[in-house]
Amino acid sequence: MVPIIEVKKLTKVFGHDPKRAIPLIEKKWSKDKILKDTKLTVGVNQATFSIEEGEIFVIMGLSGSGKSTLVRLLNRLIEPTMGQVLVKGQDIVKLGREQLRQVRRKSISMVFQKFALFPHRTVLENAEYGLEIQGIEKKKRQDLAMSALELVGLKGWENSRPDELSGGMQQRVGLARGLANDPDILLMDEAFSALDPLIRKDMQDELLELQSRMKKTIVFITHDLDEALRIGDRIALMKDGSIVQIGTPEEILTNPANEYVERFVEDVDLSKVLTASHVMKRPVSMTPDRGPRVALQFMRENGVSNIYLVDESRRLLGALTAEDASDAVKTGKKIADIIIRDIPTAAPDTLLNDLFDQVSQAKVPVAVVDEQQRLSGVVVRGAVLAALSGHTDVEGSEGT
Amino acid sequence: MNIPKLPIADWIDHIVGWLKDNLSPVFTVISKLIGGIVDSFEWVFEQVPALVLILAFAAIALWLARWTVSVFTLIGFLLIWNMGYWDLTMQTLALVLTSALISIILGIPLGIACAGSKRVQSVVTPVLDFMQTMPAFVYLLPAVMFFRLGAVPGVISAVIFAIPPTIRLTNLGIRQVPRDLVEAADAFGSTPMQKLIKLELPLAVPTIMAGINQTIMLSLSMVVIASMIGAQGLGDEVLTAVQRLQIGRGFEAGLAVVILAVVLDRITQSVVNKKGRVGK
Repeated sequence: MVPIIEVKKLTKVFGHDPKRAIPLIEKKWSKDKILKDTKLTVGVNQATFSIEEGEIFVIMGLSGSGKSTLVRLLNRLIEPTMGQVLVKGQDIVKLGREQLRQVRRKSISMVFQKFALFPHRTVLENAEYGLEIQGIEKKKRQDLAMSALELVGLKGWENSRPDELSGGMQQRVGLARGLANDPDILLMDEAFSALDPLIRKDMQDELLELQSRMKKTIVFITHDLDEALRIGDRIALMKDGSIVQIGTPEEILTNPANEYVERFVEDVDLSKVLTASHVMKRPVSMTPDRGPRVALQFMRENGVSNIYLVDESRRLLGALTAEDASDAVKTGKKIADIIIRDIPTAAPDTLLNDLFDQVSQAKVPVAVVDEQQRLSGVVVRGAVLAALSGHTDVEGSEGT
Repeated sequence: MNIPKLPIADWIDHIVGWLKDNLSPVFTVISKLIGGIVDSFEWVFEQVPALVLILAFAAIALWLARWTVSVFTLIGFLLIWNMGYWDLTMQTLALVLTSALISIILGIPLGIACAGSKRVQSVVTPVLDFMQTMPAFVYLLPAVMFFRLGAVPGVISAVIFAIPPTIRLTNLGIRQVPRDLVEAADAFGSTPMQKLIKLELPLAVPTIMAGINQTIMLSLSMVVIASMIGAQGLGDEVLTAVQRLQIGRGFEAGLAVVILAVVLDRITQSVVNKKGRVGK
């Protein structure tokens, strides 16, 4: 697949006569050294990456890492000092004013951190701004803006002023304004950072939900790793204007490219990232026709105190505890009499965060089952705690 | 040590003389234009009976400002009428409105130009400082030389004196538009003109109106002074009274100026506040 955006050696240097810094950058001088010697600030240092169509590409970094500058280089709100931005093969950096305006009107929209809504305009007038300046006639642009507002769940608010809306709703207006002209690419600059945490999570969910229908290409800037991991298909990590690592959330977490990424990832709330499949262990299981004596033997061999019962196609039937099994051996009961059918189960992609309660209350470890109810693993309390304390190298997730 | 004195005075005299000799057709056109505007305002004020006008002003005050301003306008203007200064007040008002109108027509585009370019701003700002601090009497004289005695040089000097706030505050109002809003307008592909009309000017309106308010007040004070070069109206009355040591008469005319000033100020200020609320 041809990438929709290709960025090559994109660089921004701030200061007087910025081209001076280019040879130094190419000599791999550090940002600090360049600043000391030339009084020039390197905002973005030779960023190179490509974004596939329909992807949510997250650019993440701490404040001052150059991520907001980088996103503004993509639509030239800030003029690049060097490099290329190819959008569908066309180099944005080389466009004339009028061509650039056309690109901004039709193919690249933007959503801003502090919403940047026009306070003298109603919600509808805000949403239709991008269409209005294209000279689209009133009726048509209002219809398009209305459907964008409906998309973000703001129907009925079109005649309100932005300051009558809550933060979350204001950013929906920002989103509707960005979507109204049906762009291919949506740039979102810390779009949810000004919202409080619960609203932020809702907006992230909604963005994902919208994205599953719209399939836009989204470039999302954030300083919040949780947010990046939640919504990003791929993440680019920035430090001091350079991209340190690009990868899927999983790759970034499990395989940090260097110490910086590692430190960044260290602070992440793993319970919101890791899933049941990350921490589950190989289950001890058997079919019920073998009887309590065999069950006891299996448990002893594996050093566990319970065993899972599955049918021939590994569908979960229930579990036995060692206690019940040895009772049954003495009293001659059958497995059918002692099987615990009501055992806790979870899907492989359940977040650890959502597993806590089940794991702490259940008598037997939580069974991880797939959609066909086939047993793929078990989650024991210790494994969850170990994973959360940073030992991600828990036993493999492959079932027996 | 003997440093020769720079002949600045001679230079200025020379320049003024040259302008007078060579550009007199231009001055004639300007003179006709301004004279025409003043005359039309005066004509309207003369045609309508005083009481009808007073009621009309009170109605305008009621529409634009609070009812208290309307009551003040009614009582104040009735007092002026009672003192026998109605016609003179209307002459002064005609001069004020003309110079305010010209200041707005010239000042807002100049302010926009300043906001759009640092270079323009750095040229215009010192000129404005010069216009506001140079003693007004100094440019009353050349105004007379170019435009003869009467209303026109009065209006010209009032414009010179009163236009700076409109320019400065238009500039300020546009520059105060939050950066992220300007960025948003750019990000959606606005042309500079679209950005100005759809975003910057609407948001700058309250600030621009504050500038216009000041311009009107400064016009009034200058129009009164301009009586020294033959501008008609209340200033002329004050001047005559002062010259003849008629303190009571001077006070009456002065009171009429104050009433007019307060009415103009309160009405334009409430326009500022109203627009301010809408803009927020």
